Amino acid sequence: MINLHSLTFGYPHTAPILQDFNWKVERGETWAILGSSGCGKTTLLYLLAGLRFPTKGVIEIDGERLTRPRPRSGLILQDYGLLPWATVRENAGLGLQVRDFYGEDGKHTPKNFQPEKDPEYWLTTLGLSEVADKYPAQISGGQRQRTAIARTLALSPDLLLMDEPFSSLDAITREDLQNLTLSLCKEQNLTLVIVTHAIEEAIALGSKILLLDSSPRVFENPHVGEMEQRELYELLREKMRSEKSEK
Amino acid sequence: MSIIGLGIGWQIVAMLVNRDILPAPWDVFVVFVDELDNGLVTHFLYSLWRVTAGMALSVLVAAPVGLAIGGSKRLDRIFSPIIYILYPIPKVVFVPVVLLFLGIGDVAKITLIFLILFFQILVLVRDQAAGLPPQLIQSLQSLGAGRRALFRFVYLPASLPAILTALRQSIGTAVAVLYITELFATKYGLGYYIYYNGSTLFNYPAMYAGVIAMSLLGLGMYYAVDWAERRLCKWKFVG
Repeated sequence: MINLHSLTFGYPHTAPILQDFNWKVERGETWAILGSSGCGKTTLLYLLAGLRFPTKGVIEIDGERLTRPRPRSGLILQDYGLLPWATVRENAGLGLQVRDFYGEDGKHTPKNFQPEKDPEYWLTTLGLSEVADKYPAQISGGQRQRTAIARTLALSPDLLLMDEPFSSLDAITREDLQNLTLSLCKEQNLTLVIVTHAIEEAIALGSKILLLDSSPRVFENPHVGEMEQRELYELLREKMRSEKSEK
Repeated sequence: MSIIGLGIGWQIVAMLVNRDILPAPWDVFVVFVDELDNGLVTHFLYSLWRVTAGMALSVLVAAPVGLAIGGSKRLDRIFSPIIYILYPIPKVVFVPVVLLFLGIGDVAKITLIFLILFFQILVLVRDQAAGLPPQLIQSLQSLGAGRRALFRFVYLPASLPAILTALRQSIGTAVAVLYITELFATKYGLGYYIYYNGSTLFNYPAMYAGVIAMSLLGLGMYYAVDWAERRLCKWKFVG
């Protein structure tokens, strides 16, 4: 589904963050991108979202070269990106409003676009019905994140891009939302790419883990016994630690 | 309560001064009520029309320009120096020029109010639009929003509080400018009424009745902006 060919990206007047990077993601896979601060994991997500463009190389999604935000990719940011002046219901329906605004122009809105499910369905499914008329400032962090998820799912995406979406939440809420994300990916056959700096989260969510450092590596996560998970955790921790001491 | 306090203060000063030029508040109030039937309402309505038209025109022109400049770093680089050169110039100096080009009717008066308010609203709206968190813009872009949708769904609603704040801050200036513009080439408006009664007829109670009417005009406008803010920016009053 996602193909990165010899991708290079750097901000002006700095060394490239990503250089000659190749990566492939199959449909329905759940990937966690792990790495320390400044390693380029958020930049990689923004490149996949079509909000940044590579200095060299090509990004292909579904066989098409990415030149702008793709209508079937949903991006969920760390601070949720909700409009403070819109209620939960209005925020959940925002993507559809944007599509109505342009009409089916094939550029901002796919031709013959029909949302599979109403935003109201997602508000109910994600337990937001009771706070639907409240503003983001009136609800909890977990509810805000659910609203961002509802807004994205209302557009029937096939690719979910998440940038440290649960980092500011308490442990219980975080675990609930991690489970919710995984079950939604399974039900809706979504491809997930989640950026995190927490090894536990990467192991909990990623069937594959991309450790983004000076020489990016992929780790398979078989999601089996506690022992294997522990070993994977230790391995990732060791790699991240050695990368940090090399810096 | 504050109005009663103001009235008591006025009464004390009037008693201390004890001159025609500062009549007691009750005398002014009686004249004010009488004058309502003698044309004060007409003067009030003329002033209300001019100041409202000037303010509305300022918002209609300055808000989109401020949004466009605030939403584009390139436009900001081009236009900000021009704004900073023109903003501090006291626009009242343009009275002869405006009169020359636009005549002595309402258009010239409304244009002067517009000229003063335009820059205040423009700068506030531009700063608000430029200060929006990039995450907000990016999350909308990821939903497919291009420039037009960003203006409709982000920049415009985000700038509404700034527009209303600019309006609130401008009411005092607008009413002061209104007074100046109504000193010339008109027989209607509170500025004319105050000046005519104070400087030509020496009818000081009527002059103060005009001042009260002007205060009420400003007060009504403040309440109107507060009302609009509560209607349009409900999210600011929750939590």
